[in-house]
Amino acid sequence: MNLTLHVWRQSGPADAGRFETYRAENVSEHSSFLEMLDLVNERLIRDGQEPIAFDHDCREGICGMCGFMINGVPHGPLPRTTVCQLHMRHYRDGDELWLEPWRAAAFPVLRDLAVDRAAFDRIIQAGGYITARTGSAPDAHAVLVPKDNAELAMDAAECIACGACVAACPNASAMLFTAAKIAHLGYLPQGQPERYRRAVEMVEMHDQEGFGHCTNHGACQTACPKDISVDYIARLNRDFRKSRLRRPGELA
Amino acid sequence: MELRANVPDGPLAQKWDRHRFELKLVNPANKRKYSVIVVGSGLAGASAAATMSELGYQVRCFCYQDSPRRAHSIAAQGGINAAKNYQADGDSVYRLFYDTVKGGDFRAREANVYRLAQISLQIMDHCVATGVPFAREYGGYLANRSFGGAQVSRTFYARGQTGQQLLLGCYQQLEKEVRAGGVEMHSRHEMLDLVVVDGKARGIITRDLLTGRVQAWAADAVVLATGGYANVFFLSTNAKGCNVTAAWRAHRKGAGFANPCFTQIHPTCLPPAGEHQSKLTLMSESLRNDGRVWVPIRAGDTRPPHEIPDAERDYYLERFYPSFGNLAPRDISSRRAKEMVDEGRGVGPGGIGVYLDFRDAIQRLGRDTIAERYGNLFEMYENITGENPYQTPMRIYPAPHYTMGGLWVDYNLMSTIPGLHVAGEANFSDHGANRLGASALMQGLADGYFVLPLTIGDYLVRTKLDPVDTDHAAFRDAEREVNERTRRMLETKGTRTVTEIHRELGALLWEKCGMARNATGLREAIARIPELREEFWRTVRVPGTGASFNQQLEYAGRVADFLEFAELLCIDALDRDESCGGHFREEHQTEEGEARRDDEHFAHASVWEFTGIGSPPRKHREELTFESVALAQRSYK
Repeated sequence: MNLTLHVWRQSGPADAGRFETYRAENVSEHSSFLEMLDLVNERLIRDGQEPIAFDHDCREGICGMCGFMINGVPHGPLPRTTVCQLHMRHYRDGDELWLEPWRAAAFPVLRDLAVDRAAFDRIIQAGGYITARTGSAPDAHAVLVPKDNAELAMDAAECIACGACVAACPNASAMLFTAAKIAHLGYLPQGQPERYRRAVEMVEMHDQEGFGHCTNHGACQTACPKDISVDYIARLNRDFRKSRLRRPGELA
Repeated sequence: MELRANVPDGPLAQKWDRHRFELKLVNPANKRKYSVIVVGSGLAGASAAATMSELGYQVRCFCYQDSPRRAHSIAAQGGINAAKNYQADGDSVYRLFYDTVKGGDFRAREANVYRLAQISLQIMDHCVATGVPFAREYGGYLANRSFGGAQVSRTFYARGQTGQQLLLGCYQQLEKEVRAGGVEMHSRHEMLDLVVVDGKARGIITRDLLTGRVQAWAADAVVLATGGYANVFFLSTNAKGCNVTAAWRAHRKGAGFANPCFTQIHPTCLPPAGEHQSKLTLMSESLRNDGRVWVPIRAGDTRPPHEIPDAERDYYLERFYPSFGNLAPRDISSRRAKEMVDEGRGVGPGGIGVYLDFRDAIQRLGRDTIAERYGNLFEMYENITGENPYQTPMRIYPAPHYTMGGLWVDYNLMSTIPGLHVAGEANFSDHGANRLGASALMQGLADGYFVLPLTIGDYLVRTKLDPVDTDHAAFRDAEREVNERTRRMLETKGTRTVTEIHRELGALLWEKCGMARNATGLREAIARIPELREEFWRTVRVPGTGASFNQQLEYAGRVADFLEFAELLCIDALDRDESCGGHFREEHQTEEGEARRDDEHFAHASVWEFTGIGSPPRKHREELTFESVALAQRSYK
């Protein structure tokens, strides 16, 4: 099949950027979306032009490195699918596609479709962990975890930090990302000692990084390739409010 | 090059304990005076960096991805082994040790493997404590599943995303230490050279992948945790960025490279679909717990699978290996699949594939149970192929997946360059000629959480380390070489893209040095690789500049190193004139087509010393002695 691509080209963070139009020709329906871009890039290189920059690594939908907007939708039209797992059989000959990077003040564009998501690492640094020194743990069976809790924790822990939730949100909020980590650890007995401190510190860092507030649009859940539920944001809000009812010394 | 394995004396079961007592300790107040560089942030790198920071060392950690959380450990699906014997099914540290040595076809160092099995217990404890959401039973206890090459159920898992969850566990510990100030993290930095001063590893040269800035970093010790080299085959299950550069650059500076020909071809991957293919996708081996592998009995049978009655199906793994059945180890399962395809009994487009069928398991257990166990894997399969595995059998075919070979290390995980330590897949130590499923995660975490943080202290105390900074000539020379290479790649302005050349190299290796190898083919590859390397430097086209975010330039540097490394891989495969584990030489097989080892001549690790490009590498041997396990032909019948 042949497609027309309008791709956001931006040489660096300081460049204003613009759309440029390319043809993708003889694309196999069995190829993935990124393989289609590989094909376009190979031709650009041969023609002496600079290839389109986009982040990717595992191409199995798990590392979270890939992601951009296709016709205004993060990771493209398929639910629960990263762009590396999107295959061209979902498109038709003659389709016209608009590719843009995530748009959010907290995710500066680095080049073309690649953005800087280091803010996510800093949110995790603010409390997205359990303080446990290597070698200090009791036997793995010393702490029992009810199966339902383990499942809920795992549902939240599946987040791949791709940033689609931020890109989908009209406020560019990273609440779904933040809430997922707070829920993952908060559902486990091991995560209880730091539960409320974690909620406060991660939310403070989230705000400091310039992400917007959640106003319950729910676009994040729809865009999420891992189907993370907005219920976790409600849970985050509960943890956050509960922490405010405590005296500072009781936070831990 | 001298190979001293430094295996402690005493009975196998007491070696690690004894060694820990004999290791010199660094006074807590002195630890902060030492700096360590960790390259790579996967299970081994992130866990080592986090733990060394907890102990008080100053750590700098580097990764090429945009965040340490993206390292390729994240893609491991099935699980992690630990000898907890929670199922009370006869498991023990000794049995895990035995299975691993046997699974590795008796080409691993006994003492290391035993230590690995011992540490597996602590790994589980620590991972639970750090919040890894493992699968649980209704009573709240941890659940287990079985895996290839074992008859006990010792694999712990988190759905089909065990690697992801274990990596996020390490990543969170790493970020905790970044916040605490013990780790300085440098994402989007690629190591392009190792710096050796007075014979000791004292730093690295990196390129900032965003700005192109080439920079030198000095330290008291360096840890490489940079993964494996399966991308030398172009098509593999590795992430696109996985590469051999850090290990190869260290090899060029004097680190011995051990057993490069021990590569693992994973039996359950999606078959290639066409010319556009950029990588192959693994489907977890855990699927073989419930899926049955088969091909039609008759060659050229093109009927759709549901029209082929049971009597006309060959469940060949069950036929060849009645006691292990579909859970036969990876090397054996892969080879048998190739045999079926070579006999013309392969299925799917081009006949490159075998079926992995869940029909019977769905009938026995119900669709819901199967969905609970493998739901995400089925969904992934359908996404890629457009076929629904609940209704029609999966098609699978082997693909390069993991590399057992790597930089040689002693019992302390130190390479032949003092101060250069190597952890995880990047070293050669624990898996011999074939790795069992669910053992890579175990090894990465054992090395990073529990071995290196102790042994590195011993090195630092015992070694006289003169102060060195990046003004030293060795750093400036290495920096200059890196810049010179970059300049050459950009100035060639030839006609072939990096991908084209990499694809050609990969096809050559897959054909001549893939699942089955022979002397004639290997000699052809050894003759062709230098030509291809020369073509690369003469005809490659790398667009853009060095001083910017330039993904083609990154890729070109990696492929340039693969083109040097590939030759060593084939030389080792030719030199190892026996079959063992993942290294199958067609000249050496039993009547039933199993690998025939030659313990008399090859019970050793082959450790190669670099002598220059175009000059034959020098071989050294670490003889392997088996005191606890009797050498035997592997049997899974």
